[in-house]
Amino acid sequence: MSTNTTETVAPEAKVRARPHWGRILVWVGVLGLLAILALGLRRAQQGPITVGDTVPNFTLTTFDGKTINLTDLKGKVVVLNFWASWCKPCEQEAADLEAAWRLYQPDGKVVFLGADYVDTEPEALGYLKKFNITYPNGPDLGTRISQAFRIRGVPETYIIDDENVLRSVQIGPFGSLSQIQGMIDPLLGQ
Amino acid sequence: MKKTIPALLVFLALALMTAGAVLAQSGNPGEPTDDQVNTIAKQLYCPVCENIPLDVCGTQACAQWRDLIREKLGQGWSEAQIKQYFATQYGDRVLATPPARGLNWLVYIVPPMAILAGIYILYRAFQSWKRPSAEEDVKAAEPVPPPADDYVLRLEEELKKR
Repeated sequence: MSTNTTETVAPEAKVRARPHWGRILVWVGVLGLLAILALGLRRAQQGPITVGDTVPNFTLTTFDGKTINLTDLKGKVVVLNFWASWCKPCEQEAADLEAAWRLYQPDGKVVFLGADYVDTEPEALGYLKKFNITYPNGPDLGTRISQAFRIRGVPETYIIDDENVLRSVQIGPFGSLSQIQGMIDPLLGQ
Repeated sequence: MKKTIPALLVFLALALMTAGAVLAQSGNPGEPTDDQVNTIAKQLYCPVCENIPLDVCGTQACAQWRDLIREKLGQGWSEAQIKQYFATQYGDRVLATPPARGLNWLVYIVPPMAILAGIYILYRAFQSWKRPSAEEDVKAAEPVPPPADDYVLRLEEELKKR
């Protein structure tokens, strides 16, 4: 009797023990997809770099081929301006930004950088020539820098202190040279 | 001979007109046409004007991009080279069709997989709907077994004895 019971139970146990590879594979796939979706959502929900945040490193390759890393500029105040040749409001502040650059350049404590957003090179170079802009400028290759800052449009300017911490943001064009100075000077007095 | 001279003149006039037309059509042979530019432009999206293909976008930024496409075509660049240039300059997001690399593969793999999984689930569902009804039909055809009651069994045995 006991032998019979063993004989009948054994095949069932074998069937139960067999793993359902198909189901496991489907579940792994579904969980993997959900994980990717969660990562994507988390990334999408990350807001822009706000005042007080440390700015992640970025690399700007200028139109003349020089490479500038933000981390290499530690110890200096960085004025990062996003612009484009097709942007009319950018033209309003172009002269003031250049004047500010010429004002701070001799001390070497402030660096101005221009990131050309979604632009074409001939027109961008024409714009720089038109406004006689001499501070380093380069295309925002792959829109990586603008995506890191999550800019909403151009012009936008980010003032970063000597510790690579974002200190102020200007959305839209600067109205005057004194407005630019008003954002930079407090950082130099620290 | 008299008949052949006017015919010859007409033929020459027609030949000259045709040659003129051909010359007018060819124009500047190196310059790409609008159609050639738009064929590539419709596969690109400018990040400034989201969801509007480059060929129908009216902003200055898009006009500059179209001019750039024209310039590159004039330099003999292929469609693939131009698209790659734009992707390098402005990121993959400017391409209408995401390139099949990295996580982008999911875009090409997940929808067909989901469709196949859906077909399989439907197939299994239809099978499960069909099976019980067939069993029920068989059960309905079978005679209902008599109740196993001791009194009834004894009664039947008594009846058999008589």
